[in-house]
Amino acid sequence: MTQEFKRIAKYWAMAMAWFYALLWPLMGITAQGLKFGPSLKIFGLVALGSAFCVVVWFLNQGGRLEWCKRPAQAVTRAVTGRVARAPRWLSLGLIVLAAFLLPFVASRYALDVAVNVLIYVCLGLGLNVVVGLCGLLDLGYIAFYGVGAYTYALLSVNFGMPFWLCLPLAGTFAAVAGCIIGYPTLRMRGDYLAIVTLGFGEIVRIVINNWMSMTNGPNGILGITPPTIWWPNFANGFTFELLLLKKLPQLYWIILGLAIFTIVAVYRLNYSRIGRAWEAIREDETAAELMGVNTFKLKLLSYAMGAVFGGLAGAFFAARMRFVSPGSFTFIESAMVLSMVVLGGLASIPGVIVGALALIALPEVFRGFEQYRMFAFGAAMVVMMLFRPKGLIPAARYGRRSEERH
Amino acid sequence: MAQPILEVRNVSAAYGKIMAIKSISLTVFPGEIVTIIGANGAGKSTTLMTICSILRPTQGEIFYQGQPIHTLAADRLPAMGLSQAPEGRRIFPRLTVQENLEMGAFFRNDKPEIYRDIEWIFELFPVLRERRKQRGGTLSGGEQQMLAIGRALMARPKLLLLDEPSMGLAPLVVQLIFETIKDINRTAGTTILLVEQNANLALKLATRGYVLETGRIVMEDQAQALLENPEIRKAYLGE
Repeated sequence: MTQEFKRIAKYWAMAMAWFYALLWPLMGITAQGLKFGPSLKIFGLVALGSAFCVVVWFLNQGGRLEWCKRPAQAVTRAVTGRVARAPRWLSLGLIVLAAFLLPFVASRYALDVAVNVLIYVCLGLGLNVVVGLCGLLDLGYIAFYGVGAYTYALLSVNFGMPFWLCLPLAGTFAAVAGCIIGYPTLRMRGDYLAIVTLGFGEIVRIVINNWMSMTNGPNGILGITPPTIWWPNFANGFTFELLLLKKLPQLYWIILGLAIFTIVAVYRLNYSRIGRAWEAIREDETAAELMGVNTFKLKLLSYAMGAVFGGLAGAFFAARMRFVSPGSFTFIESAMVLSMVVLGGLASIPGVIVGALALIALPEVFRGFEQYRMFAFGAAMVVMMLFRPKGLIPAARYGRRSEERH
Repeated sequence: MAQPILEVRNVSAAYGKIMAIKSISLTVFPGEIVTIIGANGAGKSTTLMTICSILRPTQGEIFYQGQPIHTLAADRLPAMGLSQAPEGRRIFPRLTVQENLEMGAFFRNDKPEIYRDIEWIFELFPVLRERRKQRGGTLSGGEQQMLAIGRALMARPKLLLLDEPSMGLAPLVVQLIFETIKDINRTAGTTILLVEQNANLALKLATRGYVLETGRIVMEDQAQALLENPEIRKAYLGE
């Protein structure tokens, strides 16, 4: 027991020493000279917090927390039991209803964050098709987001085309871009594919950046029309009037609809014959080929399908910001989306949604930390890898896809 | 004699510049169990992978039911009735047993028939029925081998290629698997091309055999004759 405690305390001390060795150069070396005060303060707080966690963990290991754990467990069991007994459609319906009613209760700022989260849910689920299901590491995914955004921006500014017509067009163009990029790159496997997709992602951004006559280069495109809707007007007789949906709640409902569409589409894909073939390719490409799977065609299809959702999200992004510029489609965005997929759980739809929520909403919650946000980000990743190596909500399905369907 | 179901004519194949098989010829007739025996690195698996078009032959021709297949894409072959349980099993570890079997019938669209065939596989290997919702990767080696064979059978093959089904398995499990192979051949009439290192077992099961050495076929005969051949006994049966 004491032996064990000594061992853990040693690890804790080592970790804290490392932490301070990293923290001090970051905070202590300033233009005004070397300082120890602020870094020691933060170090003290972190050390205290982690020491508390270690002690609690240790007590729990030794079974000394039973007195308070047992009632807590009873409560959780009762709650989860009741929740699990409710039918699936009810819980899903409640979540959708809550999401639908959000604009009536949330502040403008919160709604803004929610819109961002939903955009990233679409992107994450799209990338999830490529990375999670098909197992192709794509580091240039944001290119399709860019293609979608520029498709709507250019069609709207140059030809005045409406959003609802451009939305499917953006998806189509993104899919075409996916095929064009995928055709040469998908012959590669593993690390090579990752590097090449990274390159293609950058190529798309650089082309947008430099094609002045077409995209107005780094200055971006201004004056994109927001989505419109024909709304019945009873003021004088019965006419339809063209309403601009530029208020945030309206935009929120549009992206909510898009996100729900994406979730349903990805769910259907996931549990289809094609989804199973994608997973087979991810598991063992040669074996999949031996089963009669045209691996190249299916990989291209996954790439194109993933791109479609990116393109849709991109078109919405352009309509919402009413301004696009190449600065929104950098590699860091690709990395962000990829982290959501990995953090949430590869091939898991609820996982990706939670991942998007965590990576977009939490940094907003911790705005106060400002420059140390990335620090917290890294720490969260490390903690996740330790405790949930398969993601926040790992894909858990045991043959649900098959059998029950016949 | 009847038309051969598989005919390999002077086929060579290489990995880059390294020749793995050199001008191999072999023939398999419908209903037979033919075995290819040989040591590690003799080119046995390469031969099967070349037949399945995963590897392109650098020369020679392969005919399946009289039709050239060495120019076809690999994914076309299962639908023609040629499937393989590859070396090292290569099941899909994160798909369930049921899904693995369904993947074997990927090209088929006759759902009720697919489910009937899955039942048939479960009758052949009852242990798989208990495990059907488990992920493939959680099975034991023997169960994985059964799954690999079952998956290949889901294509309803006329010609089944088996690559070292005995690899790394306990003798009792090997016996069970070999009996099932015999059973499949007898009841379903499936032609079987079996690649094995365990020459003794393979030759006892097969009707005819080929001996592969460093990429060349050095001997071919009735299995019984090979089993009695003193050279074979010395080289492969450890006498």
